[in-house]
Amino acid sequence: MAEAAFIDASSDADGSLLRVGGAWTLANAAALDAAVGRIRPEPQRPVRNVEAGAITALDTTGALLLIRALRADCKTLEQHTINGLNAADEALLRLVASRLDAPKPKAERHPSFRRMLERVGAAVSSIWLQTRELLGFVGLMLATLVQVLARRKKLRVTATVFHMEQTGLDAVPIVALLSFLVGAVVAFLGATVLRDFGASIFTVELVSYSFLREFGVLLTAILLAGRSGSAFTAQIGSMKSREELDAIQTLGLDAVELLVIPRLLALLVMLPVLTFIAMVAGIVGGGIVGSMALDITPGMFIARLHEMTEMRHFWVGMVKAPVFAFLIAAVGCLEGFKVEGSAESVGRHTTAAVVQSIFLVIVFDAMFAMFFMKLHV
Amino acid sequence: MSARAETVIEVRGLRNAFGSQVVHDQLDLDVYRGEVLGVIGGSGAGKSVLLRSIVGLKDPDAGRIVFLGQDTTHMRPEQRQAIERRFGLMFQDGALFSSLTVLENVKVPLLEYFKLPDDLVEEIAFLKIRLTGLPAEAATKYPGQLSGGMRKRAGLARALALDPEILFLDEPTSGLDPVGAAAFDELIATLKNALNLTVFLVTHDLDSLYAICDRVAVISDHHVVAADRIEIVEQDSDPWIRECFQGPRARNAQTRRQPVAPARQ
Repeated sequence: MAEAAFIDASSDADGSLLRVGGAWTLANAAALDAAVGRIRPEPQRPVRNVEAGAITALDTTGALLLIRALRADCKTLEQHTINGLNAADEALLRLVASRLDAPKPKAERHPSFRRMLERVGAAVSSIWLQTRELLGFVGLMLATLVQVLARRKKLRVTATVFHMEQTGLDAVPIVALLSFLVGAVVAFLGATVLRDFGASIFTVELVSYSFLREFGVLLTAILLAGRSGSAFTAQIGSMKSREELDAIQTLGLDAVELLVIPRLLALLVMLPVLTFIAMVAGIVGGGIVGSMALDITPGMFIARLHEMTEMRHFWVGMVKAPVFAFLIAAVGCLEGFKVEGSAESVGRHTTAAVVQSIFLVIVFDAMFAMFFMKLHV
Repeated sequence: MSARAETVIEVRGLRNAFGSQVVHDQLDLDVYRGEVLGVIGGSGAGKSVLLRSIVGLKDPDAGRIVFLGQDTTHMRPEQRQAIERRFGLMFQDGALFSSLTVLENVKVPLLEYFKLPDDLVEEIAFLKIRLTGLPAEAATKYPGQLSGGMRKRAGLARALALDPEILFLDEPTSGLDPVGAAAFDELIATLKNALNLTVFLVTHDLDSLYAICDRVAVISDHHVVAADRIEIVEQDSDPWIRECFQGPRARNAQTRRQPVAPARQ
């Protein structure tokens, strides 16, 4: 298709004559477009005759350009005589001409200030809507949970145990490893600061307080939000997009009872268990750093821990675990139910679930901190 | 179409297997220039795998595919790209890029391969959209806002963006209502005649076979058991063909048969 194409305009008796030839194809489109632009017909002297015998190849792009050359407004071919074009190419030309009648729709453009206002408004109203939806869903979950506990609805034991394995047991290695590492880092951090005051022994309190009260539960909750909350959204969301949820409903089953309660119960049980593991792993991490870098022997570490750390710190951390579990399960399942249609929507809602549940976990943790501070525990 | 026409695709001894499950074995097929070839076969017979092997989405385990005179089995990427510009593929559900409007979807290959003025690219893309029978308003919509039939047409518009010589269609009429399917058949026939296309059509739809196909290739038992004009294929003694072409659906399709495609003058 390297063959060149040409176009010549010349005048004859009854209007201007156009001579065209060569390969009128997409490959030559740039050159042809420039050539057609040069001979753009004037309204008072329209092209009447076209001598097209020299055309060797014509495709839709060529046809489009040829029609452009004939009339600036790209309309009908009726006023033109086209000579020398073979039947197939002429049919193509007519087809293209017949499809150029509709005007191209213009994309709507608003001024940027109005767009900004629009987006701000949409964001604010979506926060309100999301909060309302989440509160409604929490209510639905609680109501169903009560019905399950009152034996008015069935408890799906197999599903619950399955989810306990998936969200709990399978997460033990990652939770333990991460907490161990963070515990070691906190101990190092404390040691560097406390050594200057000759108070490196307080590293024990630093590690134990922070892990029992905050880090154990917070690390676990954030990990599970990323690991299980997103999985809940993806599982329920892909069921929704394949109409499985509709099938559940038409079979007379309750999607909340069937899908949400097992996941909720699994998290309610497993998040405290994992939190406990995280606390132990973090303190062990701190202890190992202490014995290796700070001359605090394991024996001293344990004795100090036993002596100085009260049980209430453990309960302060532990009591938050079921709350976070509830938040993660609620957000994860709700986002799954909000999926519509496409696979893209599943991905978008999975991301939203992780972001929202981590956000809520941290907000609630801050509120707990203030609450416990006022209570002096 | 006479069998004397140029062979644009030549498949010889093709073998495809997924693990121990053999899809194709010793599969031979020719596609001639200017014809509409319909490929039919039972579910899981490997129609789509054949299409994917020919266009290079799947490397065959054995065999040779000659595409427009070039062996594609051991091709360098540049050569493959040159070939890829010369065919268009319409996927089952359009496979449109969901973050782009229909118009932008059709513009993608044009912008990628050619340096053309913006307004010309826009106009070419819009023409392709109109050629596939979509209303003008559809151009600025996103794929998610279109119906299944419109998405297929938009997918066809993108496949036609570079004015290909060969058009591959994967189940173009599946999921369409009978009226929509007939209209799509007609569209393919019209475009094939006007744009001088060779069409490779994978289908389940007997109506399409009768309405627009010049030849029909039947895949059964891992290879092409028959490839000829439909009147000849339906007389074949292969058990799958007998079952397929003598069932009630085939009889309906036969009686409804009307030449949709006007012969080229």
